[in-house]
Amino acid sequence: MSTAEDGRLMAERGFWTDTGKTGIGAWIFSTDHKRIGLLYFYSVLFFFLVGVILGLLMRIELMAPGRDIMGPQTYNALFTLHGVVMIFLFIIPGIPGAFGNMVMPIQIGAPDVSFPRLNLFSWWLYAIGAVLVLTSLFTGGGAPDTGWTFYVPFSAKSATNVSLALFGVFVLGFSSILTGLNFVTTIHRLRAVGMTWSRIPLFTWSLYATAWVQILATPILGITLVLVIAERMLGTGLFDAARGGDPIMFQHLFWIYSHPAVYIMILPAMGIISDIIPVFSRKPIFGYKMIAFSSLAIAAAGSLVWGHHMFTSGMSDTAVLVFSFLTFIVAIPSAIKVFNWVSTLYRGSISLDPPMLFALAFILLFSIGGLTGLILGAPATDVHVHDTHFVVGHFHYVMFGGTGFAFFAAMHYWLPKFYGRMYRKRPAVIAWCLMFIGFNVLYMSMKVLGMRGMPRRYYDYLPEFAQLNLVATVGSWILAAGLAIMLVNLFRGLFRGEAFTGNPWGGATLEWSTTTPPPTLNFIKEPVVTHGPYDFKALADDSPDGMPGDGRNQ
Amino acid sequence: MTAQPHEHNIISFRKLAAVWATLLVLTAATIAVTRFDLGGLKVIGALTIACTKAGLVIAFFMHMKYENRLLQILLFVAVVTLAIFIGLTFFDVLYR
Amino acid sequence: MSHAVHKDYAGAKLGMWLFLFTEILLFGGLFILYAVYLARYPQDFSSGGHQLNVVLGGTNTFLLVTSSLFAAMALTAIQQDKRLLTLRLIGGTILCAAGFMVIKYIEWSSKIHHGIYPGSASIVKGPPGESVFFSLYYLSTGIHGLHVLIGATLLGVVALRVKNGTINSTDYVILENGVLYWHLVDLVWIFIFPLYYLML
Repeated sequence: MSTAEDGRLMAERGFWTDTGKTGIGAWIFSTDHKRIGLLYFYSVLFFFLVGVILGLLMRIELMAPGRDIMGPQTYNALFTLHGVVMIFLFIIPGIPGAFGNMVMPIQIGAPDVSFPRLNLFSWWLYAIGAVLVLTSLFTGGGAPDTGWTFYVPFSAKSATNVSLALFGVFVLGFSSILTGLNFVTTIHRLRAVGMTWSRIPLFTWSLYATAWVQILATPILGITLVLVIAERMLGTGLFDAARGGDPIMFQHLFWIYSHPAVYIMILPAMGIISDIIPVFSRKPIFGYKMIAFSSLAIAAAGSLVWGHHMFTSGMSDTAVLVFSFLTFIVAIPSAIKVFNWVSTLYRGSISLDPPMLFALAFILLFSIGGLTGLILGAPATDVHVHDTHFVVGHFHYVMFGGTGFAFFAAMHYWLPKFYGRMYRKRPAVIAWCLMFIGFNVLYMSMKVLGMRGMPRRYYDYLPEFAQLNLVATVGSWILAAGLAIMLVNLFRGLFRGEAFTGNPWGGATLEWSTTTPPPTLNFIKEPVVTHGPYDFKALADDSPDGMPGDGRNQ
Repeated sequence: MTAQPHEHNIISFRKLAAVWATLLVLTAATIAVTRFDLGGLKVIGALTIACTKAGLVIAFFMHMKYENRLLQILLFVAVVTLAIFIGLTFFDVLYR
Repeated sequence: MSHAVHKDYAGAKLGMWLFLFTEILLFGGLFILYAVYLARYPQDFSSGGHQLNVVLGGTNTFLLVTSSLFAAMALTAIQQDKRLLTLRLIGGTILCAAGFMVIKYIEWSSKIHHGIYPGSASIVKGPPGESVFFSLYYLSTGIHGLHVLIGATLLGVVALRVKNGTINSTDYVILENGVLYWHLVDLVWIFIFPLYYLML
């Protein structure tokens, strides 16, 4: 077979067909980072939808005061499950596992990650952890009802099947560690010739910062969960005040991981936004170095602020002061990013394609979420709104409005590259519009309810909160409708849409320079990097029509 | 990009044995130090010796002394992270 | 594209070190708890430490330090292409590990025999600090012991691969990583020993 012929065939369906292997085994035992990325993508998407359904059920229960469709115990199990599924099965593995795996090695010009088999193993751990968590619902004493935070003393005493859920989360944590370990090694060792640290795309930079948090913080969660299991099974009493233990120490250990985990969730999302904004503004990113640096700064500073979850726990006042101060410091690198995105937009040639719309929504929603975070970071105000729906509204703005919307942005930005087919843009815009409206109606109502004193985690509430709860529930339906339209349109496009081979968005990062879909080893010819990731001028110079990138290097 | 294993430092048996002997002497020293009633100093003394021992193991047994700067910095970051976790927790524990 | 099969020696070692960091932080969680509870119950921790056997603990320290020496020497030996010596040294390491586990077993069973274990009647009745001390003792040494077992198994696999030649003087990163893991087991014990056995 001639090389030209070979190249043409590879370009046609890329990694989908060029190994010649088919069937389920070619996926669940594949060490190709793109296939593992897609495995992750469909797994996390499945659990996201499970979480969405649980959330909708909770909203229906809260639609009117009193018992609507379920009793208190069911509601407790539901919000626990919603939290566990969304946090551990969707949002933490979501972007690094799916898009990090799919895109990062290509972005740095590598044929795969450093440890492809370990990569597959980490997906298997994810799958096993997920099965364990789901099994805990239907076995033992019934679905865990502790909330996703597993606070002692209740988690040590609850008769529900907490131990198995804890073990499942432990396995999931291990999976997350292996992904982080793989990414750090890959980014250090497998960059293509010319891919200097100041040419690494910002998405990869953010994954690098994230990976460090995964490596250094996740083990603390691991040991904490083991300690709670030991508390339940062996009666170690380490968190039992009656036996000299200290329940607040559980909260310390738990949040030492779980606050940095917030940055595991948001940092890759910020990386996606940093990659999308310049492409759709046709302008180099403003302040590349500061954005890259702020990712590391957020990862570092974010690891020092866990105590702000514990202002009302009985922790010492000195600690409250220290943690509150440190919390405000995290706002600085976050704001650096927001300012730089907005500065990139300034006088850019903006095209409002679906990925860009989701990215713009991210900036607004994340800013609202971040700023309300400062209200919670200040002890004086936190004491009033702690454990109210204000907190629920706040973190949904950051996690869903932030990471969720960035995930959707990435779906619309990168998935066509891997399928070689494009979705229709108009339905995507309509879906975006619905989701944006529904989102704000839902979570802004929650914030107001919280300010007025409605506590979280109750299946019932006082009659004066009825009106806004109804509004919030209607908002959740608008959001769900938008989500449904978005998914149907996207997948219709990916499987049956118009085929393309070029560079649909005109991106200057390496993933757009290879064939569509990429071949198994990502590049037909080993890439040599000669310009930065947002150097659109160099891209236009390379090929006169400004739309290069079928990557055949002819 | 690919480092050849041959370039790596080979540490002689003699040197390793010297490190081993030092570790044993330090172990004996820890036991000796903690036999006296030194109060809080005892903890500090024992931990100082333990850190010295750990340093020796990392530097020689684990070849860290001969590794590139990157790995040394990363190890430093990991250890400092743990130290900070412990340190910040004590803002609560000591002032409660 | 033929560069997929190259051996990235430094990459493999970087990956191993990153994994060791996670192990350090995992035990770090236990050390955080130890530090906090030592600050709260210095007296009880002292009386708890009194009940542990320094001779057995000291012997175990000697065994682990020696096993670490053998492991480090094994690396030197394979670098110098001395295969038989490498195998013997790994064997020595595993033997020390076995000795360590036997002594650990004796220690634990005598403690349990005297009714000292998490949630036992005498522990529950006793001072709260001692209950915390012994719970931490069992968890720390237990998880450490688990690592000893994993490390020894790992070295056993390494020995087999040295024997069949997949690990040799030009390609020994698996041995080096296995040895690194073993040293970590030693490192953790270097802190466990004074903190639990010597705080009298």
